[in-house]
Amino acid sequence: MQYDMIMVRYGELSTKGKNRSAFIGRLNGNITKALHEYPGLTIRPKRDRLHIELNGEDSQGVMDRLQQVFGIQNFSPSVKVPKDMTLVHEKVLELMKETAPAGSTFKVATKRSDHTFELDTNGMNLDIGDLLTEERPDLKAQMKHPDVTLRVEVRREAIYLSTTTIQGAGGLPVGSAGKAVLMLSGGIDSPVAGYLALKRGVDIEMVHFFSPPYTSDNALAKAKQLTAKLTPYVGSIKFIQVPFTEIQETVKAGVPEGYLMTIQRRFMLRLADMIAHKRHALAIFNGESVGQVASQTLESMVAINDVTTMPILRPVATMDKNEIIKVAEDIDTYDLSIMPFEDCCTIFAPPRPKTKPNLDKSRYYESKLDIDGLLQRAMDGIEITEIRSSDEFMNAEQDVISELL
Amino acid sequence: MIYFDNSATTKIDPAALDTYNKVSQNFAGNPSSLHALGDKAYQMLEGARKQIADLIQAKPDEIFFTSGGTEGDNWVVKGTAIEKRPFGKHLITTQVEHPAIINSMKQLESLGFDVTYLPVDHRGFINPDDLKAALRDDTILVSVMAVNNEVGAMQPIDAVADILKDYPTVHFHVDAVQAIGKGLMKSLRNPRIDFITFSGHKFHAPRGTGFIYAKEGKHIAPLMTGGGQEQNLRSGTENTPAVAAMAKALRLHLEDEAGNVKKQAAIRQRIAEHVQQFPNVHLFSELAPDFAPHILCFAIRGVRGETIVHAFEQYQIYISTTSACSSKKGTESSTLAAMHADPHLATSAIRVSLDENNTLAEADEFNAAFDKIYKQFEKLMPKE
Repeated sequence: MQYDMIMVRYGELSTKGKNRSAFIGRLNGNITKALHEYPGLTIRPKRDRLHIELNGEDSQGVMDRLQQVFGIQNFSPSVKVPKDMTLVHEKVLELMKETAPAGSTFKVATKRSDHTFELDTNGMNLDIGDLLTEERPDLKAQMKHPDVTLRVEVRREAIYLSTTTIQGAGGLPVGSAGKAVLMLSGGIDSPVAGYLALKRGVDIEMVHFFSPPYTSDNALAKAKQLTAKLTPYVGSIKFIQVPFTEIQETVKAGVPEGYLMTIQRRFMLRLADMIAHKRHALAIFNGESVGQVASQTLESMVAINDVTTMPILRPVATMDKNEIIKVAEDIDTYDLSIMPFEDCCTIFAPPRPKTKPNLDKSRYYESKLDIDGLLQRAMDGIEITEIRSSDEFMNAEQDVISELL
Repeated sequence: MIYFDNSATTKIDPAALDTYNKVSQNFAGNPSSLHALGDKAYQMLEGARKQIADLIQAKPDEIFFTSGGTEGDNWVVKGTAIEKRPFGKHLITTQVEHPAIINSMKQLESLGFDVTYLPVDHRGFINPDDLKAALRDDTILVSVMAVNNEVGAMQPIDAVADILKDYPTVHFHVDAVQAIGKGLMKSLRNPRIDFITFSGHKFHAPRGTGFIYAKEGKHIAPLMTGGGQEQNLRSGTENTPAVAAMAKALRLHLEDEAGNVKKQAAIRQRIAEHVQQFPNVHLFSELAPDFAPHILCFAIRGVRGETIVHAFEQYQIYISTTSACSSKKGTESSTLAAMHADPHLATSAIRVSLDENNTLAEADEFNAAFDKIYKQFEKLMPKE
């Protein structure tokens, strides 16, 4: 069925009081960005919902995109009919034929903003109810929990009909909660943390540490590809790659084995902090889950967290691995995450890292290193790329391959 | 030159050959190697796997590359026997399967397995009721071909699948070597089917290629053990160029399947209607909807099949006796024997097998040559 309009209902933002118009503005911007491939659309944000006039654009394509925009509670594709009851009847039957199979229960729910229309709300409900009883004896009217709710909206310019309501992604419009950096490794957890941050309206930039030649180009490509997987929710994401080889080599040479991991992490966090300040970000997100590995015990968090005063948010902190995997599968990052490329978290991992590192010892071992110099050189080597959803990093040969197949 | 022996093998598609050459040269790494060249070859291999999976509406990890139909058949039969040995030692197949199935079964019999060979009627079809009667508590495999390679009878795969719904643990294997691209995809995608064998060179891919479909969750033991390729079920360095060429050939082969089927059926009909006007011609393949569109098996009473094959060769028309695999041995066709055909008639059987590149003009040329050959050997034929 070709629809004419999609009615978008806002999520939580309806309750946000004075910030409301800012939220709606942000959502409108994000929807516009997400739908930029459909130039024919007219998007009209209103106080309690947003209307997208399709003007002939492909409704399925538009709805697929909308499902990835945070801040949308749900949406209904609708058919626009001139205010003529004969035409309304025709369209009602057509729509119900497609969406209400024999044996379904239904109800009609009318909403009228044009109070000059000949039928009032009840009149409309009765009229269409009668029509369906007459023409579709295979359906049964039922007020409580019907299979199909036919929504009729009488507006000034036309009447809108819809039978389908599609769940949106929920959450808050990305950007409405400010900006943060995400420490993205290449594993399963950090992309999930990134997704959850986006869902709460946080605009994120990726910070990825790489250590050539210990880590391969593939590992870097994988991190970029993971970033590309999250871009549909935002449009584009900045990917900040930080060279980490010198720091890892220096730490390895100068620090007792048990503290290798802790001190490497302190360096990573310092760099994330410096980048966040430079990029005007307000917080640092990561994919730590309490107790999952040695660096993620509460003791480790104390020893590592010490280097920054910026809030560190850990969206998956209390999730079980299986719960995290479930989300990773839903957002389609799982298969990528489990590709076996060494990343810099694993490459110099000591066989027996301290699970309960001591804060003072961490500070002491580290004090012998040229911390500022190391950080400065890493910061100087930073490269920033903007990643879009259509970008391909893993399969550079993809075009050649499809040509040959 | 007219090539009417496509059930024996098909000519490689030039586009597939081009892919073969390019992949050999440009994707030379071992897909298991860690470096970029290996990764490139891996991408190619997996790209081919995905394409093949999409074409037969399966998932990529349900596709396992093999060296061809014989390997696929051997693997599913013996792999099931090894894997499911603790659950039973009874296997069921038909009397008209390809030797790759029959001889695998015979080998298993010599190892103590019990095999039921379902009979066929005079048209070449099994009776699903016979299958019902043959199923036992210790049955582990039912293997039925989709299209018979000698006469073209299309076995009732859906009826078999229906019966096997009540036996969910029995592996159901379909040999689809002759069925690919012949309008049978709907049957082949019957959800009850667990394993399917395909052979590359029957659809214009290079020799030595093939794949099996193995439904997610259904297990067979590997026959090739080694480096762990193909999910540790079929070891051996992957033949990347051949696999890529096979993926390409399959795509092209299935591009206009309905049109191709119609075309082959029309050619087959033109030949069948012509030859059956002659009193000493006997058709084993019928012009009925349960026969494949590309195979026509018939006999000229009193003249050996081999003689007719060579006679056609004089006109540069290439056909075969029955199955190319057994034709050199001069044995009578096993399918025709199972159909209880008159043994004399069976030794006279010849097979015309078509593909999408054949034309109606070739059918006319064949018919003209047939008239001359018939006349030439008329003296050998029985008198009224």
